[in-house]
Amino acid sequence: MDMTGEHRIAAPRAEVWAALNDPEVLRACIPGCQELEKTGDTTMEAKVVQKIGPVKATFTGAVELVNINAPESYTIQGEGKGGVAGFAKGAADVHLTEDGDETVLTYDVHATVGGKLAQLGSRLVSSTAKKLAAKFFDNFHQHLTDEAPPEA
Amino acid sequence: MSSGIGKSVKRKEDKRFTTGKGRYTDDHRMDNQAYAAFVRSPHAHARVKSIDAAAARAMEGVIDVLDGHQLTGDGIGNIICGWAITSKDGSPMNMGAWSALATEKVRYVGDAVAVVIAETQSQARIAAEAVEVDYEELPVVAHVADAMKDGAVQIHDNAPGNQIYDWELGDEAATDAGLKAAAHVTTLDITNNRLSPNPMEPRAAIATYDDAEEHYTLYTTSQNPHVARLVLSAFYNVAPEHKLRVIAPDVGGGFGAKIYIYPEEITCLWASMKTNRSVKWTSDRSEAFLTDAHGRDHVTHAQMGFDKDGKITGFKVDTIANLGAYMSLFSSSVPTYLYAPLMSGQYDIQNIHCNVRAIYTNTAPVDAYRGAGRPEATYLVERMMESAAREMDMDPAELRRRNFIHEFPHQTPVLMQYDAGDFPKILELAQEAADVAGFPARRAEAEKRGKLRGLGYSTFIEACGLAPSKAAGSLGAGVGLWESAEVRVNPVGTIEILTGSHSHGQGHETTFAQIVADRFDIPVETVQIVHGDTDKVQFGMGTYGSRSAPVGMSAVVKAMDKVEAKVRKIAAHTLEASEDDIVIEGGQVKVAGTDKAMAWHEVGLAAYVAHNLPDGMEPGLKETAFFDPVNFSFPSGAFICEVEVDPDTGQTKIIKFTSADDFGTIINPMIVEGQVHGGVTQGIGQALLEQVIYDEDGQLLTGSYMDYTMPRAADVPFFDVQHHETPSPNNPLGVKGCGEAGAIGAPPAVINAITDAIGTNDLAMPATPQAVWRALRAASKPIAAE
Repeated sequence: MDMTGEHRIAAPRAEVWAALNDPEVLRACIPGCQELEKTGDTTMEAKVVQKIGPVKATFTGAVELVNINAPESYTIQGEGKGGVAGFAKGAADVHLTEDGDETVLTYDVHATVGGKLAQLGSRLVSSTAKKLAAKFFDNFHQHLTDEAPPEA
Repeated sequence: MSSGIGKSVKRKEDKRFTTGKGRYTDDHRMDNQAYAAFVRSPHAHARVKSIDAAAARAMEGVIDVLDGHQLTGDGIGNIICGWAITSKDGSPMNMGAWSALATEKVRYVGDAVAVVIAETQSQARIAAEAVEVDYEELPVVAHVADAMKDGAVQIHDNAPGNQIYDWELGDEAATDAGLKAAAHVTTLDITNNRLSPNPMEPRAAIATYDDAEEHYTLYTTSQNPHVARLVLSAFYNVAPEHKLRVIAPDVGGGFGAKIYIYPEEITCLWASMKTNRSVKWTSDRSEAFLTDAHGRDHVTHAQMGFDKDGKITGFKVDTIANLGAYMSLFSSSVPTYLYAPLMSGQYDIQNIHCNVRAIYTNTAPVDAYRGAGRPEATYLVERMMESAAREMDMDPAELRRRNFIHEFPHQTPVLMQYDAGDFPKILELAQEAADVAGFPARRAEAEKRGKLRGLGYSTFIEACGLAPSKAAGSLGAGVGLWESAEVRVNPVGTIEILTGSHSHGQGHETTFAQIVADRFDIPVETVQIVHGDTDKVQFGMGTYGSRSAPVGMSAVVKAMDKVEAKVRKIAAHTLEASEDDIVIEGGQVKVAGTDKAMAWHEVGLAAYVAHNLPDGMEPGLKETAFFDPVNFSFPSGAFICEVEVDPDTGQTKIIKFTSADDFGTIINPMIVEGQVHGGVTQGIGQALLEQVIYDEDGQLLTGSYMDYTMPRAADVPFFDVQHHETPSPNNPLGVKGCGEAGAIGAPPAVINAITDAIGTNDLAMPATPQAVWRALRAASKPIAAE
């Protein structure tokens, strides 16, 4: 599953970058995220509850930030194990461009699912991922600007 | 009589099936029963680094969590393939190790690594989720093209290049010469799609260990309980045969998928000993999609040469067969001896060469599915014939006629000796019933409505009645393929037939009773069929390959011969007549031409009270027989399919499906017709709808009925089923077997009809609306809509 997107955030790039590296912010913004803890400078442990089609599962896994080029870009990659539901893993290249007082965030995601998730939900993965991404950026935007994002 | 051979006797078993009184494996419940849930790999190929079951063990209701190291440590043997195939270079096939619970590596999504035994099914399943397995992922080869690439990851250490064998049948040089001499050569690349078997009842097992007797009992969804016991004893070391009883009670459909011994039955047996509990497992539909052995999955390049008169000069076939991640019980034989010997079809072909490479991939094991090898051969031969006719601008029926075999027995260049048949006759029968003569007018009428009509043929032969034991043995089979029967006449004259055949939808309780009722002229209600229990039936090879009538019933007939001989002796002695004058009819055993008679039950009673038997005769009236066929049986058929394609949507509608079958003697026309309906429907499913799809990571994308399309009533037409009987000379009833014909013959008839409609030979199964629409656009057939 591949997905790309672009979001304009009404906040300076340095602020956006800091937020993207703040486990508290990420935990609050990732839909279904129950736990997210830093385990090293660039590594985190996460627990996320997700429902894809008929499969609902708790994913636990490690998240790592690589290719860090502050404050412009990084790749966030991880793998979540959902027990009998299977697994999801992927990476997102995130890039921030300054535009005056605002920041344009672009991302490029490649993700795969396995086990029951693929068996029952494969054709729902893309639409679910898009929905989750939209939700994340809504949350993220709201967190940084303290206001709901402008209507797309 | 109203219930003998040739009568459409209503199925005796249907009262219990239609009133919910069937007793399937899952309906059985043992005292002290616990439940198994399997921990399965979500990865198609990975190293198992560790399994942490501590959390699962601590959960409510959990009795134990067991893994593959414990299983192999207890001496449980690897799962084997029972048919040894030798590569053309003389080397044995490369059978990779398959442990019921994986130890070092998992090789397909669904491979079991551990089992949780708990008090309830939901406790077992919840605890299975808590078993932490640490996998190290390995590269995946999910399709044969990837598995055969240079440098592809190797699934089994002993199978370089992921190749299981490279096998051939026939004379390659002669075939090349035949092709070279041809006036026309037709070449096709053909894929036979991968199918999921989908029996209505999922697989299930209940294993019980009796520690006082050191004895096991296994209830399971098996087509062949004796073979299951044999393999569980001899190869998996579960228990010696006399300490293991296997019961296959009512079984709701098999289609081949329930022939094999799977990891789950083995694990339940072993776990029942480890936990000293009855252990029950019932597959859910998701597990069935993942782990029931799939069918077909061939890629083939083929050339067929013809002389200027349309006579076939040579047929050369190169097939790659995907056998999945492990070799299932019959898997090796399906693309070899159940496939290549059918390449002659109904045709007199002197030169045939077939090469088959079997390949491992990171997918579920592939084995026999309704037809097993013969559908693959038939699809190939019949698409070649139809395509060749079009290329040579000949009528496809006429091209077939020119090549039909007319004299029997007929020895093909690929092992088979056909025993009997009348191919022109059944084609004629089908053409008349299908009103082929009226087709051009129907096509013209459809064109006026903007629709494309097509007509397709399939004239096919099967090899059924598996199989002469000596021949099978010489070709690598690990077992003999005879059948056994016992006929027990009770003191009150009722009869029990114990058969090694197994009914899982075929109606044996009716048809087997009919042949007894016919023979002794007694009511069919007085005959009971006993099957599916190794403690009751002496031995049996089970039901698959349309073998129950030609082999199983033949054993019953042999046993009845012995019973009849004794009945004659008893009656002759009692009635003071000559044995030669005794006739059995109307419920009586009589002296011909006199009024001296005994009622049938009086003979039974006389045998058991033994007050007045001929000197030296043993009391009792029960006889056993084994029947080993001298040859396969060769059912043949001519199918004609007429379709209408909507060029705007690619939607195919089957307008009419005509079958003309030669099954030899027919015991019960209603049941035979039902078998044809079911088989053709499965064939139409393969042709139009069904396909198992794995993505490049080996993830199963068609894991539920949301994504795997089974044929429904609206997808199939009413069937016109015709019969022509040329009895098989190789068994006493002259029967040939009918269970697989529809699934074997239907796919090419459907695809030939669609390709006729859309004007291109380039169409693969399943011919979904999208596939048809694309093929039509690629062929740019002008549409003459008004």
